[in-house]
Amino acid sequence: MPARTVYTASIESVSILDEHGRFDAQLGADLIPNDDLVKLYEQMAISRRFDEIAFKLQRSGRMGTYPENRGQEATSLGAAYVLNKDDWLVTCYRENTGLFWRGLPMEYILLHWMGDERGNKIPDGLCITPLAIPIGTQMLHAAGLAWAAKYREEKRIACTFFGDGATSEGDFHEAMNFAANLDLPIVFFCQNNGWAISVPTNKQCSAPTLAQRGIAYGMDCIQCDGNDIFAVVRVMKEASQRARETNRPTFIEALTYRLGDHTTADDARRYRDEAELQMWMQRDPIIRLGNYLKELKLWDRSKEDALQERAKAEVADAVKRAEEIADTPIEEYFDAMYADIPEELRRQRDTLRTSSLGQEGFAQGVETPTKQGIEETVN
Amino acid sequence: MANLTLVQAINLALIQEMERDDRIIILGEDIGVNGGVFRVTEGLHKRFGEKRVVDTPLAESGILGTAIGLAMAGLRPIPEIQFEGFLAPAYDQICTHAARMRSRTRGALTVPLTVRVPIGGGIHAPELHSDSPEAVYAHQPGIKVVMPSSPYDAKGLLISAIRDPDPVIFFEPKRLYRAFREEVPEDEYTIPLGKARVVAEGDEVTVISWGAPVVQCMTAIEASGKSIELIDLRTIYPIDTQTIVQSVRKTGRAVIVHEAPKNCGLGAEIASRIMEHCFLYLEAPIQRVTGFDMTMPYYKKELEYLPEAERIGKALAEVAAY
Repeated sequence: MPARTVYTASIESVSILDEHGRFDAQLGADLIPNDDLVKLYEQMAISRRFDEIAFKLQRSGRMGTYPENRGQEATSLGAAYVLNKDDWLVTCYRENTGLFWRGLPMEYILLHWMGDERGNKIPDGLCITPLAIPIGTQMLHAAGLAWAAKYREEKRIACTFFGDGATSEGDFHEAMNFAANLDLPIVFFCQNNGWAISVPTNKQCSAPTLAQRGIAYGMDCIQCDGNDIFAVVRVMKEASQRARETNRPTFIEALTYRLGDHTTADDARRYRDEAELQMWMQRDPIIRLGNYLKELKLWDRSKEDALQERAKAEVADAVKRAEEIADTPIEEYFDAMYADIPEELRRQRDTLRTSSLGQEGFAQGVETPTKQGIEETVN
Repeated sequence: MANLTLVQAINLALIQEMERDDRIIILGEDIGVNGGVFRVTEGLHKRFGEKRVVDTPLAESGILGTAIGLAMAGLRPIPEIQFEGFLAPAYDQICTHAARMRSRTRGALTVPLTVRVPIGGGIHAPELHSDSPEAVYAHQPGIKVVMPSSPYDAKGLLISAIRDPDPVIFFEPKRLYRAFREEVPEDEYTIPLGKARVVAEGDEVTVISWGAPVVQCMTAIEASGKSIELIDLRTIYPIDTQTIVQSVRKTGRAVIVHEAPKNCGLGAEIASRIMEHCFLYLEAPIQRVTGFDMTMPYYKKELEYLPEAERIGKALAEVAAY
């Protein structure tokens, strides 16, 4: 008997407002109200300003390593715009814009990169997990959060972000497989920005799209122009509705580009062409939406000037709050480890010593502990 | 009161906790319909349904990673990893995330999960079904590590672990799963984490152990004819230093027994603590009777690798005579 085809698949790619300003009136109809469009544009511009200042803070020694978000503003923002406030946002570290839209104060991101864990202390009521540094592990947490929502019969979902490189990690595949097999209300949002530090996407995946990775798990998958806020919103609306109503996951591959280096410790000129960068500069999501708003007479020079002033002030305030936050005594780090501090850790906290002679409270200058001294201090 | 094996005691603890708290979900490979490869979760699927007793895909990191998400959402997941040798794929999720979530978010998110893992050798199991990696996890700040050596302790410790607000790795010595029975109260009780048990009192030598070797120690002590104090740590992080110190100050001699290799085993940590707190009380060098610093042998030779009663007995005699 001849072999027969048992499965075929194709991948759709959605673009609504392209880099030349062409707008697909059918796909884009009634997608985003004009008021919201303006707000989304403003959020992207503020986030861009934040990114520029964060970069400068690092360069001037006021902040540690920082991963620029420049160029990828539309992806996480479009997703966060579609999600409900009680849906989980489980991010990697290039989703500042979506986090700010959700309501994370900007200084939290700064604090994180300033080496202060309080940047991860998500304010009560915000359904956000902290930035995830290891690549590709947080999608499993999103699957668990979605699972908990389903278990409690809540109508909330999880959306998790990661890059193209993360799709090579084992945990990515385990998360996709769990989500599909356990029917979890989740959206896997891949920001394919072309590069995992210096390794291009075609070295992560030899298939023509990343989106098709979803097919293998029996889940819906789609590609979109990640620098087109309309396309992102459209695919996110479909995906989140699917998750909320049917507990079925979706894999979204959003094509975008990291206009900056991987982090401030990287120099992308070592591995990528200037021409490629220039091409993607033309596809900048902020410029694209700005031009569209002007066409619709929703935006003009004076509004832009006012927005830039506002962005400058808001970011400056965030920097001030981050830099002026009261110092944390090291003792609080000990207390943060467990709900109840273990005895040895308590001793380390109370004495700031790990050497037992120092820990046990022997008087300074006593060279040899006595039996009596030990009795007194240990008991 | 019922006369139960360690497997039955754990099963009972799981049932009672699941009835008490509907935030508990158990998840893992073959734990549902099949009741787990050791039958520890026998009957739970039928009793609590597939919503709370979940057969997951075969992926240890996936089991731990999703359990972390469940826990962050406020549930109390109890993932099972089938054998300690397959805990390695989940190491990343345990140490990179579960252990750090409370501290890195300053308490905004916590991970109250209990991962159950059969551990250790002595049951003629295949490769990677007989190792003892507890020290690896005890070394990781942010988690607690527990290992019972009796049915009574297993039930009380497991209930404490489940209720603990931080992630706990609950190692179950598979050699003791059905080795003996013990009276286990039907009523709910807890045994606090971080507290050792003095199994036998004595004043010549202190023996410190946990998990399956505790039983070997009892045999060796009985055969020795000496007055030997046996401490079962029960929780290996945090270690109950006080109970160890009090005993060694009394005896002046200490032997630490564990299945894991000697090098960087937990015995080294315990020996250091004894040195720190009992230096002037010691009458003999602290001894470690452990697995050898080699790959865990296949089962033909496992009893020559494990710290069996005979080898423990020799160390007891040597340290007592020193």
